[in-house]
Amino acid sequence: MAPAIRLRSAVALAGHYPLLSGLDLDVAAGEVVLVRGANGAGKSSLLRVCAGLIPLSGGGGEVLGVDLYGDLRQLRRRIGLLGHASGLYDDLTVEDNVRFQVRAGRGTPGAVGPALEQLGLAGRLRTVAVHKLSAGQRRRTAIAALVARNPELWLLDEPHAGLDSEHRDLLDNLVRAAAAGGATVVLASHEAERAGLLAERTVTVGGGTVVADSSTPPPPRGSEPEAQAAHVA
Amino acid sequence: MWRDALAVAAKDLRIEARSRVTTNQVAPYAVLVLLLFGFAFDQNTQLLRQAAPGLFWVAVLFSSLLAVARSFALESADGARDGLRMWGLDPAGVFLGKAAAVAVQLFGLEILLGGGIVFLFGTDLRGWGLLVASTVAATIGLAASGTVYGMMAAGLRVRETLLPLLMLPVVAPVLLGATEAWRVALALTSDDGWRWFTLLGTFASIYCALGVLGFGALLEGA
Amino acid sequence: MSLIPKPTGTANRTTRVLGAGALVTAAFTAWVGLIESPPDVTQGQLVRIIYVHPAAATACYVAFGLCALSSVAYLWPRTRSRRWDLLAGASAEVGVVFCVLTLVTGSIWGRGSWGVWWTWDARLTLTALLLALFLGYLALRRSGGDGESRARRSAVAAVCFSVVVPIDHYATSWWRTLHQGDTLLKVDPSIHGWQLVGMAASFVAQLLILSWLLLHRYRLEQLEDRYETEGFAAALTERRAEAAVDAGSAAALAPTPTAQAAPEASSAPAGQPAPERENSQ
Repeated sequence: MAPAIRLRSAVALAGHYPLLSGLDLDVAAGEVVLVRGANGAGKSSLLRVCAGLIPLSGGGGEVLGVDLYGDLRQLRRRIGLLGHASGLYDDLTVEDNVRFQVRAGRGTPGAVGPALEQLGLAGRLRTVAVHKLSAGQRRRTAIAALVARNPELWLLDEPHAGLDSEHRDLLDNLVRAAAAGGATVVLASHEAERAGLLAERTVTVGGGTVVADSSTPPPPRGSEPEAQAAHVA
Repeated sequence: MWRDALAVAAKDLRIEARSRVTTNQVAPYAVLVLLLFGFAFDQNTQLLRQAAPGLFWVAVLFSSLLAVARSFALESADGARDGLRMWGLDPAGVFLGKAAAVAVQLFGLEILLGGGIVFLFGTDLRGWGLLVASTVAATIGLAASGTVYGMMAAGLRVRETLLPLLMLPVVAPVLLGATEAWRVALALTSDDGWRWFTLLGTFASIYCALGVLGFGALLEGA
Repeated sequence: MSLIPKPTGTANRTTRVLGAGALVTAAFTAWVGLIESPPDVTQGQLVRIIYVHPAAATACYVAFGLCALSSVAYLWPRTRSRRWDLLAGASAEVGVVFCVLTLVTGSIWGRGSWGVWWTWDARLTLTALLLALFLGYLALRRSGGDGESRARRSAVAAVCFSVVVPIDHYATSWWRTLHQGDTLLKVDPSIHGWQLVGMAASFVAQLLILSWLLLHRYRLEQLEDRYETEGFAAALTERRAEAAVDAGSAAALAPTPTAQAAPEASSAPAGQPAPERENSQ
């Protein structure tokens, strides 16, 4: 089966600052991967590159079979990114927001109702404008939109942040259900305990590149950075 | 593309309906501009009546700056601009949807301002064919070019001051054309009013085409 | 890290030749314009503006046209190259200089002929609009972030501005004919003798000056661009060095998180949604 994510010496920039400095990664379809690393190591950047939001400036990559240098629009409909920002419109209600995202991604409108119910937003909160919600409720709305769109690849950036323990458990169940349904999940988190239970594989990111991967033996120290430098320059 | 355009336009108008920024803020601002013109012209009614079309369109122009700025401000709330890309919308559809929503709001403002100049400056509205046609063409031109430049300025730190600097020189011919067309319609001058309509229509078509073709590049660059 | 010797300026042989040529022709033009050619029958000494104004206007249009064309070249996938973006920026700046010169000389002429500093002459008004458009373009170039997206945004802006120019042309000329405006600069078609020589020389001189300024400005942009690129190479090396540090600390931690709950608690407190994280957007 084609790999869900395949990055080779990927370099991504923000202005002149290298977010990713030559990163190699293979994620097979249906895997659940945990990405760890210190602040500023490049976890969010990795997810955003996989989502096609940050273009590659060097190296190569394919996500869900689509070349990252090509037309990314078709790709984006098949991906769900849960980032730090909620991506919600403050003046619209919970239901409006989820419905708009589903409509934009050409999803099935019928999935909106069940998704709202699963996240506990189907009652009073359904018609509340987003700017009146708490941070945790906003996060749940963003998650509901993700669930309703049901993408092939889930990219979750600190998904547990802002949720109480009841909803954290709920999120874990949703991730397990998605993986069971064949979706690939990549999850960046500082919460090693909880996230470690979900993921069968852990990748550690540092300085914009992969420094450890629990599925492969560590590379011989000292040889990788030079090889990547030669490739990118 | 059309489906996405409809979805985005509906979303923008729904947000406007809930937040009422245009009705509660931009509309009073526009009427206030007309009032201030009255002060500036020292209530010289003869002069005001002659200048009414120009003053009307200047007020519309200033309001369009606000409407466009608002159209993009609501996208930058909490990462929604990333969302426009993320959710897989067709950029041309996003352009058409946003421009359409701005145009609808401008039409509403124009009706209000039309009433304003009748009331404040004693204008006698007539020549409805040319009046309406030129207004529609001019408004579409304003909305389309505004959306293009709004996208360019969106996300930049200096966007509040940059947007007027980009937009106003560009829409100068719209101001000129619409004013002259109205002057002909209101029988303040004799001229071929319909050639001005052609000018306005050309401007609007060009910017709609530019928006549809170029919005993808602009969206990615943000 | 770069073995290329750092240049000390933007001059090279081409610019020196151009500069010398420009200086000579400009001197010649000045001599013809101020001394040799006679004052006009109707306009008197004021006609000498003819040796500056039309050439400046032409140089301005050439520069803006160059900006538009190089923007198109930049956007066209087959010819996409950073060079076009740099050229667009350089030519817009130089064009603005000539545009201001055109407007100032036009204004002086108007003042001398009709006593007012500004006449709503169609062409002059059009030129003023062009100035406003390109000032906006330059402001856009200065306010954007990094190279690639800024280049693309500026190129799209240049194209959008340029398509408006023909519309502006018709709008302003229709507007003026309505009001029976006086046209500035009625060039007598039977111009001859020293006046012809002077005008021809002025065109050559201004175009040479344009080329000289353009070349210098372009090379300046090139140097700035190179400076940034080299800075990037340094940043890349630094970033990778972080990787080595992180690799060291990662190796110290066990691969299975469940077995090592205690050390995890010290490095990344569980339950805290990492509030101090900087958003590397």
